[in-house]
Amino acid sequence: MIDRQPLSRQMVTHEYEAVIVGAGGAGLYAALELARTGVKTAVLTKLYPTRSHTGAAQGGICAALGNHEEDHWEWHMFDTVKGGDYLVDQDAAEVLAREAIDTVIELEHLGLPFNRTPEGKIDQRRFGGHTRNYGEAPVRRSCFAADRTGHMILQTLYQQCIKHGVRFFDEYHVVDLLIDGGLTRGVVAYRIADGELQVFRSGAVLLATGGFGRIYRITSNAHALTGDGVSLAYRRGVPLEDMEFYQFHPTGIVGIGILLSEAARGEGGYLRNGKGERFMERYAPTLMELAPRDMISRAIYMEIREGRGVDGQDFVHLDLTHLGREVIDAKLPDITEFARVYQGIEPITQLVPITPTAHYAMGGVPTDIEARVVVDERNTVLPGLYAAGECACVSVHGANRLGTNSLIDILVFGRRAGRSMAQDVAGGGLPDVAMDASDPVREELETLRTRARGENVAHIRAELADAMMERCGVFRTEEGLGRLTGEIRALRQRYRNAAIDDRGRVYNTDLLEARELGYLLDCAEATVAAARARTESRGGHYREDHPERDDVEWLKHSLVYKTDGDPEIRYKPVTITRFEPKPRTY
Amino acid sequence: MQVDLRILRYDPERDKKPHWESYKVESGPMDRVLDLLHTVKWEQDGTLTFRRSCAHGVCGSDAMLINGRNRLACKIRIDQLGKKISVAPLPGFAVVKDLVVDMEDFFAKYRSVQPYQIDERQMPARERLQSPEDRARYDDTTKCIMCAACTSSCPSFWAKDSYVGPAAIVNAHRFIFDSRDEGSDERLEILADKDGVWRCRTIFNCTEACPRGIDITRAILEVSGAIVDRRI
Repeated sequence: MIDRQPLSRQMVTHEYEAVIVGAGGAGLYAALELARTGVKTAVLTKLYPTRSHTGAAQGGICAALGNHEEDHWEWHMFDTVKGGDYLVDQDAAEVLAREAIDTVIELEHLGLPFNRTPEGKIDQRRFGGHTRNYGEAPVRRSCFAADRTGHMILQTLYQQCIKHGVRFFDEYHVVDLLIDGGLTRGVVAYRIADGELQVFRSGAVLLATGGFGRIYRITSNAHALTGDGVSLAYRRGVPLEDMEFYQFHPTGIVGIGILLSEAARGEGGYLRNGKGERFMERYAPTLMELAPRDMISRAIYMEIREGRGVDGQDFVHLDLTHLGREVIDAKLPDITEFARVYQGIEPITQLVPITPTAHYAMGGVPTDIEARVVVDERNTVLPGLYAAGECACVSVHGANRLGTNSLIDILVFGRRAGRSMAQDVAGGGLPDVAMDASDPVREELETLRTRARGENVAHIRAELADAMMERCGVFRTEEGLGRLTGEIRALRQRYRNAAIDDRGRVYNTDLLEARELGYLLDCAEATVAAARARTESRGGHYREDHPERDDVEWLKHSLVYKTDGDPEIRYKPVTITRFEPKPRTY
Repeated sequence: MQVDLRILRYDPERDKKPHWESYKVESGPMDRVLDLLHTVKWEQDGTLTFRRSCAHGVCGSDAMLINGRNRLACKIRIDQLGKKISVAPLPGFAVVKDLVVDMEDFFAKYRSVQPYQIDERQMPARERLQSPEDRARYDDTTKCIMCAACTSSCPSFWAKDSYVGPAAIVNAHRFIFDSRDEGSDERLEILADKDGVWRCRTIFNCTEACPRGIDITRAILEVSGAIVDRRI
């Protein structure tokens, strides 16, 4: 079996002024922006663009349009900062909240089929943590297209990219980032169809690869979300920022983690414990079920711990039964179908069992507000490398992201990335790439492909996901994280001896899953190192042994650097402009 | 319970033609076919090859022929199928390997119908207004996830693979009936071609196959009706 033809050594080289890795909302908006300014751009995706996980986003995009009631971008900015437990960089949050308005209008102009008000304006609904007048009461800010807003964003942007002639390389898996002499020089991609390695030479590379929820056992994330871009940057010496902040979404389908959108609560759904109580009144009396996600996920687990889960089990109920068939069918059709298909529950008449599910990485590759990657405490730019969307950390989400702010993040900063890249490549030539640029990754892949026997990749991945869920989930302690550090080290050791069954060149997903496990191990390592170091509780990072927020010591971003041994951690200050940190109550 | 799973396997580097392989897989009633495929791949044979991503019916990666019908592997439960399950690649497409088919021609046909808004007028400072009724007119066809279950189930497509196919027409419909769009003349011209809507024989296979519940045959008839109206 091993004698099957090795990966080709012949190097195919493409040349593009700009290369985008990933074809979700951030990558596509950047591509559209570049195409509109005439920059020669390639988009590489390991899927087809319409399969990207942006398409799974349900609830909406927040922008202070004020179509139903008074609203202001300053209120949106405040909610974002407070929702992020004051770890948000406020210059970035200001950009997000201001440009959200213009971006949503542009999407409408590009054809996005928003739901409409009776007067024909974009319809808006409530969402967690979004309030009027700095926290007074929920506000209708989330613009939506039923409960498939992300699907419509992905479709609209892909359609516009087709219209503008963007060059797509579908099912090209990027496996290395070429950075040499302090300059970005391109990427190496593995063509899935035939296993050929190809070099894309470019002086401007955007990472838009999304998240890495697959480090957890119960997650809303697609199988494809393995942190590829995050890990590749980390391996090339770029630090990862705020990795300890991982969001668990309160309402996942029990056992499998599929998301039931916050829109269900935005439209008026309740959460009830085993006694039938709306337990959020004990934790967030003003916003109740529309409190931020970190608080609700903790509250659910507190109810379960104190014996108030449903029938003594590990879940609580989402109650939509008072909304009525008409509202549910018109505004929440997809997620109610999820309950029917995956749980056999009819949400119009029955309570839906839910538990928190690993959902979103607030941390990632550090960037400035122009989407340029920065590599240290002084925000030194790495020329030619950009990041946007979930894989990036701007940081607009701080310690906890508000619902809908991920979609507006990918749009605002995806578009900004495209503009920065267009500006930076103007008039410049392409960087040189060494003839043997693809050799290191070819050797890694060949070793993995041809090892005769060894550890099962799926087993290592499952053990990682179980351990992360258990010890680096909603609740964390020094004891658990210490143990987890050792477990990840041991799993890494086993991964070095991983072997696969498929030795072929054609569509070898066995090989790619094994490669992706390496990325997951990197993401998990950085997450645990940062979580162990941060001895306070803030947003999505809750330390049972340090339950209070500590602004004196910890109002700062973490930066995790890869080393040969344990990761090195440094810190950089938070940018504070308008809103001084205050206690966070709802 | 134990499921007898048969999978049509084909590795172009090894096999002259596809062949069936049988697997015994432990499964719960709420498990989905995708779970069975993962169990085989992760525990029995890593060479088993299929596409998947979101695993809850919204990305469109894992359409395949399951017990004789095109469905998404992540959206069909074992208790809906019974203990004997057969899985084969989507019919009508060239097989790349195992359950993976060549999607290039499918996406090329999608691109050929100008599946994007065409409106070159000056845009207002705010959103264009659209009434809820006008928005509802094309709601059904916005749901398409490009999984190809419809096109692959269409006998007209099997008979003549130059037919643009139901999925492309669905995506044209989404714009033809959007009151904001100005490009319908060109789109209808393209679909009035000999490989356009007239190849539909209203067999309804596409509608039955659609995992998103889109009334595809009706959408095709609305497009052909629009072509006729335009000629009158």
